[in-house]
Amino acid sequence: MSALTRGKALLTGKYRGYVVFVSVALLLLAVAPAALDPFRLSLLAKYLCLAIAALGIGLAWGQGGMMTLGQGVFFGLGGYAMGMHLKLTEAGDNGLPDFMTWSGVEELPAIWEPFRNPVFALAMVVVLPVVVATALGVLVFRQRVRGAYFAILSQALAAAFVIWLVGNQGLTGGTNGLTNFYDIFGMYPEEDSTKTTFYFIVVIAVGVLYLVARHIVRSRFGRLLVAIRDGEDRVRFLGYNPATVKTIVFATSAAMAGIAGALYVPVVGIISPALLGVVPSIELLVAVAIGGRFSLAGALLGGVLMNWARTTFSESMPDGWIYIQGGLFILVILVAPKGIAGLAGQIGDLVARRRALRTAPAPAPEPGVKEEVPV
Amino acid sequence: MSAETGETEIGGAETVASETVGDAPKSGLLELRDLMVVFDGFKAINGVNLTVGEGELRFLIGPNGAGKTTLIDVITGLTKPTSGTVTFAGTSLIGRKEHQIVRMGIGRTFQTSVVFEELSVLENIDLAATFRSPLVRLLRRRRGVSDEVAAALETIGLQDLADRPAGILSHGQRQWLEIGMLIAQGPKLLLLDEPVAGMSKDERERTGELLTEIARDHTVIVIEHDMEFLRRYASTVTVLHEGTVLVEGDVAAVQADPRVQEVYLGRKKEDAA
Ligand SMILES: Nc1ncnc2c1ncn2[C@@H]1O[C@H](COP(=O)(O)OP(=O)(O)OP(=O)(O)O)[C@@H](O)[C@H]1O
Ligand SMILES: [Mg+2]
Repeated sequence: MSALTRGKALLTGKYRGYVVFVSVALLLLAVAPAALDPFRLSLLAKYLCLAIAALGIGLAWGQGGMMTLGQGVFFGLGGYAMGMHLKLTEAGDNGLPDFMTWSGVEELPAIWEPFRNPVFALAMVVVLPVVVATALGVLVFRQRVRGAYFAILSQALAAAFVIWLVGNQGLTGGTNGLTNFYDIFGMYPEEDSTKTTFYFIVVIAVGVLYLVARHIVRSRFGRLLVAIRDGEDRVRFLGYNPATVKTIVFATSAAMAGIAGALYVPVVGIISPALLGVVPSIELLVAVAIGGRFSLAGALLGGVLMNWARTTFSESMPDGWIYIQGGLFILVILVAPKGIAGLAGQIGDLVARRRALRTAPAPAPEPGVKEEVPV
Repeated sequence: MSAETGETEIGGAETVASETVGDAPKSGLLELRDLMVVFDGFKAINGVNLTVGEGELRFLIGPNGAGKTTLIDVITGLTKPTSGTVTFAGTSLIGRKEHQIVRMGIGRTFQTSVVFEELSVLENIDLAATFRSPLVRLLRRRRGVSDEVAAALETIGLQDLADRPAGILSHGQRQWLEIGMLIAQGPKLLLLDEPVAGMSKDERERTGELLTEIARDHTVIVIEHDMEFLRRYASTVTVLHEGTVLVEGDVAAVQADPRVQEVYLGRKKEDAA
């Protein structure tokens, strides 16, 4: 066997997933830091943060059928938890974050006080999204609200959250949000080493959360989740309570969005209502659809690609991007409901089949019956 | 008591229904008492009394719209009864959620079978079999095949298709898979809604054998339309008509009953007229 065919075998055989994972890990951990300047690296880190939130959507929507249009809320909760802590560590002599002084607030609001503690703040990055998602899940899934109704409800939550943030200027920083961070856990955001460090932290978070999500999908619990997606009512008659399963998965996806938001703050240097309202939440879902919602890797890919494309295109044609995005979404819905990941999988299968035909011409593998392994 | 049944000429369907209670003095595994289900003023179930004893194989027949499926829906918690009681092994089922009733040991299939097409045949059964495990235990990956899953797979004869997605199964195979999923759960009572509808002759036969095998160690209620299937595999039959129990008895007696012939085989009469 030549090196080439051996290489092809790795790409098409059952190790395909591992090969892709290791290649992407090498690309992100070794190639990107060497090839990109710290500014570009920081941008990539930003896209990867959003991809973590997209991964959560892939889990909730792609695997669990919960079309959530409100992930911005959880992204925001994680981001604000982190931002509040950072704001407090660099507060002025009066112990108040700068924006409070400007808004005429004289005493630190009680809700801010515990965020001084880094452990508390980091815990809240996960706890707040999980608590809110669980509360919503218990209320909504038990009442058997699903599909478009759930999507609209989650969207309404995002809208309400933004209105509340904007309306409480003294408490939340209002429209501006929390920004102007000078000191991030003893590091200075302007320095290149800080940018590189946060890039690596984000990449590691992406890897770990991807593996967690992949484990969930491949476990029996993941099979149960797919069963609920495809036949929730039937699952009840197997003795499971779908509401519990859906709530757990929705909370997990919320936790991922929270972590994404918390990482976003030191990487980008801001968390504000504009980043987590209805529109960003929908954009994230569109990114997942384009990347391929039934595949976790597809969700990640969509998150990175679409945010990269948005940054790139909205610079050159600020008004055109929304049409490009909308057009891509419609295209995916119409011709490739499994997104880019689905197309890649089809091409991979095609190559594998042709290779099998060439090496062993006698029994052609039956098409369409291959067990699908989510990557 | 059986003498009473002979005198019901003038009684009409409802009287018969209440008298059949007298036919079952011992308390059964499943008991329905004075059950009423009203949909927007339409009485789909109109005072049904039914007792099914432990280990019994009971056939439930009746013309379209008689209320057979509704009866199963009430037992399994899908439909809330307007009035009346449903008890299983002495415990009331009314007001319980679907999954709680399954956990008490009652499994059902549906008239149009539903399997999880993206999961393999094996995964479908495995999912059914693990329904009592705490959810955290399900976070582990499945390694190998548990005994009850292997046994269920063998009973329904789909071993060769174990690793295929359930979506490729034929109509008949889907029904068997559903039955396999049920038996892997070790239920006390199985409710099968028209398991042979739409099956070929061979498939019916195979299903009949499967049914006989399952009935050996389970209590089973089968809804069935097919008369030939009934003759071959049924012993006790309950006939439902317009939401009430018309007759109950062994298959030969029920078939000979003129009231059954009138409502159930009414089509024949119309043809003759
Ligand atoms: N959810 C519902 N709302 C209103 N009417 C209903 C509902 N479910 C059933 N019905 C009516 O109740 C009657 C009994 O229906 P059911 O499905 O129990 O009949 P069945 O005996 O199973 O008939 P078939 O042999 O056709 O399956 C029918 O007239 C049906 O239209
Ligand atoms: Mg029916």
